[in-house]
Amino acid sequence: MMTAKEYASRVEKQDFVLANRRDIGVDKVYGSQSFFRDAVSRFTKNKGAVFGLIMIVIIVVMAFAGPPLSGYDYRTQNLSQRNLPPHIPGLEFIPIFSGVSTQYANGQPIRTDMYELKGIKDVTHIFGTDALGRDQFARVWTGSRVSLFVALVAILIDTLVGMSLGLVSGYYGGKVDFFLQRVVEILSTIPTTVIVTLLIVVMKPGLTSITVALMITEWIGMSRVARAQTLRLKEQEFILASKTMGESNRSIIFREILPNIFGQIIVMCMMTIPNAIFTEAFLAFIGLGIPAPLASLGSLISDGFKSMTMYPFLVAYPVIVLALLMLSFNLMADGLRDAYDPKMKEM
Amino acid sequence: MLKYVLKRILISVVTVLVILAVLFTMLHSMPGSPFNDEKITAVQRANLEAKYGLDKPLPVQFYNYLKAMLAGDFGISYVIQKNMPISELLRARIPVSIRIGIQSVLLGMVIGLILGIIAALKRNSFLDTFATVVSVIGVSFPSYVFAMAMSYFIGFRLGWLPLLYSTTDAARSTIMPTISLCMFSLATVARFARTEMVEVMGSDYMLLADSKGITTLRLLGVHGLRNALIPIITVLAPLTVELMTGSLVVEQIFAIPGIGSLLVSAIQFNDYNVVLAVIFIYSIMFISVMLIVDILYGIIDPRIRLAKEEKR
Repeated sequence: MMTAKEYASRVEKQDFVLANRRDIGVDKVYGSQSFFRDAVSRFTKNKGAVFGLIMIVIIVVMAFAGPPLSGYDYRTQNLSQRNLPPHIPGLEFIPIFSGVSTQYANGQPIRTDMYELKGIKDVTHIFGTDALGRDQFARVWTGSRVSLFVALVAILIDTLVGMSLGLVSGYYGGKVDFFLQRVVEILSTIPTTVIVTLLIVVMKPGLTSITVALMITEWIGMSRVARAQTLRLKEQEFILASKTMGESNRSIIFREILPNIFGQIIVMCMMTIPNAIFTEAFLAFIGLGIPAPLASLGSLISDGFKSMTMYPFLVAYPVIVLALLMLSFNLMADGLRDAYDPKMKEM
Repeated sequence: MLKYVLKRILISVVTVLVILAVLFTMLHSMPGSPFNDEKITAVQRANLEAKYGLDKPLPVQFYNYLKAMLAGDFGISYVIQKNMPISELLRARIPVSIRIGIQSVLLGMVIGLILGIIAALKRNSFLDTFATVVSVIGVSFPSYVFAMAMSYFIGFRLGWLPLLYSTTDAARSTIMPTISLCMFSLATVARFARTEMVEVMGSDYMLLADSKGITTLRLLGVHGLRNALIPIITVLAPLTVELMTGSLVVEQIFAIPGIGSLLVSAIQFNDYNVVLAVIFIYSIMFISVMLIVDILYGIIDPRIRLAKEEKR
């Protein structure tokens, strides 16, 4: 008698020939993959998401390396070099770095090489200079730090406040849940703009008040997701099993439920980031941003807008960086959502 | 159903009360009083306070405040237009804002629907990719990016449309603001219409309708679109938020005399009464839209209502 194993070892792959039926598809068999690796492979196949990730990395690197690279800092004024257009010596053949300022009089362009006029042909200002002669390149990248900081704050609020409140209210239910749900209901019917604007009007404009404003508004979405997921999970058998074996409530929440909803949590986090960045930029634009001489992308846009027809480069670069940042975070959030939870794609 | 509607209305009323309470508290926490003149004696001050009802206990003051706010009496503006009643200030400005808001929602919905449906019908074609790119950009970029780009290139460089709002040329002045505000709704609706249409097109009843041999137009219009359209109501709430936030900035950029730019200048000039009044108006608008959307949900799709009740 041959055992099944021995028998199987005698049968070779080439003993079989595929019947000549082209219309029959042959299933491709994939090796089993852990959930995390599966998500990673789905994420990396998504071109938009990878683009977003790369852009975010570039912006983060530039936010820290940019100001030192330019050789200027964000606050040093140089009144002899005000409103200079972008200029890189040696790259003058590229129109946007030529250092030539174009003004329009009656629709006719008048071009002046500002750097030649001032006799500073060897000076570099990659994004030009602002109305006080500060290097815009250093200011834009310093300003993008504010946006990144706000993104970080949003993640912290989401996980610390939103996630824990959602987990607790979903798991324990009862009075806590009832009270929290009413708060969520009322808060979510008040437009975020209103809450944020009111708060900043009362408090002094600045990073602290922006953080507080985000704290009040940004946790709601996350707490909803965490709560709904917890409600779904807590009735399942494996939770019951843990309870039967005497696992403590805290341990069930953090070791049984949390790992199972982690995908949704990450996705939700990524979705709040563009919101938070936008809120900061919006506040800065309506004059409630961080005070000078500090800069954020929003306040740079707001300042640059005032002289947009004269010096369009002052508003263009911060707008481009902000737009790229928002786009990248959105693309990455979409990618992560598809990777972690393909079912959510249709939402 | 009735229980659900009543509950939604109750929540909205409570929200309005909460907002009014917050505004009232803020009014009281503002530094200074209207009678901060050193020449005023204690007796005169007491008389003045009695005249304006400031001597009454706080709950009574709050009640009076409630009555005034709900009746549309928002007090007077101190800085922007001295001693002008705010309700009058608003009366001239609300129609402008609403006009631009409605125009942009309609434009966004129509173009978004067309784009989404075409993308769903010609899946994975060039048009589909185009629609996806447009919707990602529309959702990601704040509306003022479009507003600034248009006002620089179309308004300033090409001079095709007025750079700033002019009351004599109102219709043409609203074109650029409308387009820049509609991008978000366009993108959201396109995205939504595409996923819904893809799902509807793949359903069995569409296959049946198709095999019955009806015309494509009827197939899409009567059987497809109608079922795909229902969930579009869900995007109305985020659209309103986006419109409000967007209008603040876009009105500022194009110097439109609407309530958005009023709020911005009120913030910049510390005209608290105006800030509170505009914020109150914004909240009321938003709360009513949310209420309508939620009730519509319940009417159109009982499953949503049931799910919501279950969740709570």
